[in-house]
Amino acid sequence: MKRLLPLFAMFLLLGSARAATPLPGDSVYNLPVQLTDQDGRRQTLAERRGRPQLVTMFYTSCQMVCPMIIDSLRLTRNALDPATRARIDLLAVSFDPAKDDVATLKSYAQKRKLDPRIWTLARAEPAQVRQLSGVLGLQYRQLPDGEFNHSSELILLDADGRIAARTTRIGKLDPGFVEAIRKVVAQPRG
Amino acid sequence: MRARLALAWLGLMLALPAAAADYVALPGGSFSSVLPADGKAAAAQVAPFRLRTEPVTNAEFLAFVKTHPQWRRDQVAKILADERYLTHWAAAGALGEGALPNQPVTRVSWFAAQAYCESEQARLPSWYEWEYAAAADATRRDARADPAWRESILGWYSRPSSKALPDIGGAPNAYGVRDLNNLVWEWVDDFNALMVASDSREQGDPDLLKFCGAGAISLQEKENYAVLMRIAMLSALKAADTTNNMGFRCAKPE
Repeated sequence: MKRLLPLFAMFLLLGSARAATPLPGDSVYNLPVQLTDQDGRRQTLAERRGRPQLVTMFYTSCQMVCPMIIDSLRLTRNALDPATRARIDLLAVSFDPAKDDVATLKSYAQKRKLDPRIWTLARAEPAQVRQLSGVLGLQYRQLPDGEFNHSSELILLDADGRIAARTTRIGKLDPGFVEAIRKVVAQPRG
Repeated sequence: MRARLALAWLGLMLALPAAAADYVALPGGSFSSVLPADGKAAAAQVAPFRLRTEPVTNAEFLAFVKTHPQWRRDQVAKILADERYLTHWAAAGALGEGALPNQPVTRVSWFAAQAYCESEQARLPSWYEWEYAAAADATRRDARADPAWRESILGWYSRPSSKALPDIGGAPNAYGVRDLNNLVWEWVDDFNALMVASDSREQGDPDLLKFCGAGAISLQEKENYAVLMRIAMLSALKAADTTNNMGFRCAKPE
């Protein structure tokens, strides 16, 4: 916890500068998580406060469902009208910080043509990855061969980091989830 | 003057029960877990580690919330601990009759347990570490093949959960660790890794895609019901959940 205190303090400062309203108790941004993105930029999870986020967890060496998770995020975003699309961000955090260093995330983003203005691929330290999975309600388990078993879900966070909707439908569009995004983006912020 | 300093020092030590927590070294090794490492039959590899000899008590957790007020029940973010968190305490900063100092602390979330362990420069044990330590009886490091021992552990599960919890400090097992099998359920670091089950290659039903990975887990050592119940319990919980009988202990690297 001590290690996290400076982060926490920084986040409080940023929080007070950006949004005068206190963080709701059910916001995932109450969890201090230090992310590093595909360009090596460091950002706390809570710094994403202010815009709705589509969040998922994946890992780049995954051959099975993970490519479909990324496809599903893209598909979901593309199903939104341009105005709505412009008001959300995409965040995919790796289950596999040992292999997914910044360079690996970067080359994956380039290979999959993920525009860095829209997509954040991020890693965090292992203990924080486990905490993030806990707060998002995702499960994962590393296997002896280095692969992972993990739950595959897309999660919608509202501008304050509350989980507003989630879908386990991967590989094709979930219209209910798309509708939930529209509603959250249309919400006036209180 | 010196005596007063010594007294102050003693007082400080008493006020910091966390600093006094005992850890013992466990050698680790290859271990046949009920959860095969590859989901099929592979043994788990447990690296040498140290385990807290006793679960964390109410008194210890009270000292923690006093120094980490963000974990008081009236201040904790509700996404990190549900509404039952520490509700058996008389107040946010006091134990009272419903929570004796030497009883294991319960009604704590996984997040709170982790934060506590971090305050002890420790972490939660992994499931394999816990299961490995809990396989020992008083004299044997792996007593699981003994039906009489399995039976004795199962006895704990039939104890009504409404009964007041005993204090920590039961008999030590072969490693010197106490209270593993017969006091409380215990959080483990990877509680949400235990039952990630379905094989995603069985496509067709979209629900099967919920889990991605290389293999379905098949449980081994099915005669070890007590341990299987632990896994079922942990798998059913979310990280913010608290229950009447879920406590924890911490672990450290070697």
